[in-house]
Amino acid sequence: MTMPHLVIACHECDLLHRLHSLRYGERAKCSRCGAALYARKRDSFLHTILLAVTSLILFALANSFPFMTFELHGRVQQSLLSTGVWEFFERGMWELGLLVLAASIVFPFLKIIGMLYVLVPLEFHYRPWKAALVFRMVEQCQTWAMMDVYLLGVIVAVVKLADLAILVPGVALYSFVALIIALAAADSALDPHEVWERMEKIR
Amino acid sequence: MRGSSLTAARSGLMSCHACHQLSRIPRMSIDGVVICPRCEAHVHLRKPNSISRTWALLIAAYILYIPANLLPVMTVISFGKGEADTILSGVKELIHAGMLPIALLVFFASITVPVLKLLTLTFLLLSVQYKSQWRPRERTVLYRITELVGRWSMIDIFMISILIALVKLQAVATIEPGAGAISFAAVVIITMFAAMSFDPRLIWDNIEEKA
Ligand SMILES: [Zn+2]
Ligand SMILES: [Zn+2]
Repeated sequence: MTMPHLVIACHECDLLHRLHSLRYGERAKCSRCGAALYARKRDSFLHTILLAVTSLILFALANSFPFMTFELHGRVQQSLLSTGVWEFFERGMWELGLLVLAASIVFPFLKIIGMLYVLVPLEFHYRPWKAALVFRMVEQCQTWAMMDVYLLGVIVAVVKLADLAILVPGVALYSFVALIIALAAADSALDPHEVWERMEKIR
Repeated sequence: MRGSSLTAARSGLMSCHACHQLSRIPRMSIDGVVICPRCEAHVHLRKPNSISRTWALLIAAYILYIPANLLPVMTVISFGKGEADTILSGVKELIHAGMLPIALLVFFASITVPVLKLLTLTFLLLSVQYKSQWRPRERTVLYRITELVGRWSMIDIFMISILIALVKLQAVATIEPGAGAISFAAVVIITMFAAMSFDPRLIWDNIEEKA
């Protein structure tokens, strides 16, 4: 069943490519449709693990400290990252509550934890339980973790409230911005091909 | 990268969507399901029922697009008086407040992107169904962009979530999300699923049939 790894099919047009071994930092593109085929990254495992650990710490900060403080006519209102979710639930709009919870908290968390769960044991030549399933899930989280979009939502909300009230960003908001950067960096350090290849070797 | 002129399908192979591993197409049925030997995902020659599934999701999105734009996404209640905002009136307000860059951002994310996404997917589906030979590479790029930008339409939903978390001073000002927000979020999610269920390899299958 298993074919040699030198041959790879383009995900977008199905054209077969013979992959010569790439040098670090090189990327291969489909010759017919231009889709990205494969990129080799230097020290991918180590960098991804370090960035994922950083992300995990920032995630904890972003979810435990105040996100923003709102001041109007001397009254102060503090909110957490998750406050909006509970406000949706309280109004019976659980669909939107779940959506915001999933996109801003659950999927980013699953992604960080999933990366660590697969990569750390593999780095020590040990294949964790259900590694393939978990790593496929990590790659799926890509689409549904929307912290970057959420941040733009924050900016629009701040602009809308700017002349109505005084807004003070909290520790969580700064951690959230740092988390977006750290997780994006972890993403670009990650080399899925190397993960699959290592997983295949340890069986 | 130098490519051959053969596709995986023509060589009797199919590629795993999760890990790129190639497997042989089972002899018995052309669209038979195989479990990927490397990552245990289901491997299909092409995404199953891609065209009808994408159409179904797309039509649902078109229908929901109407209430998403007509119904208020949120109501700002200050000193007992409520003012309802739709997606479009939210943008207008930002323009009146002189926040042109932000207004453009919201207009692009909440109005331009969803409309273009629906139209692009419709166009791609029709082009595949009518076996179009027109610029396969450009159509693939169009698909790639469609798949990437969809999530950015969620800005409005997240903005509402932040507003309701902050503005809850009972007597002075509160914000109530509206039914339009649910329809709008549904449009965005359903079109994201529609884009995922479309298989761009179908564009190229038609090209090869002719060749
Ligand atoms: Zn291609
Ligand atoms: Zn696979």
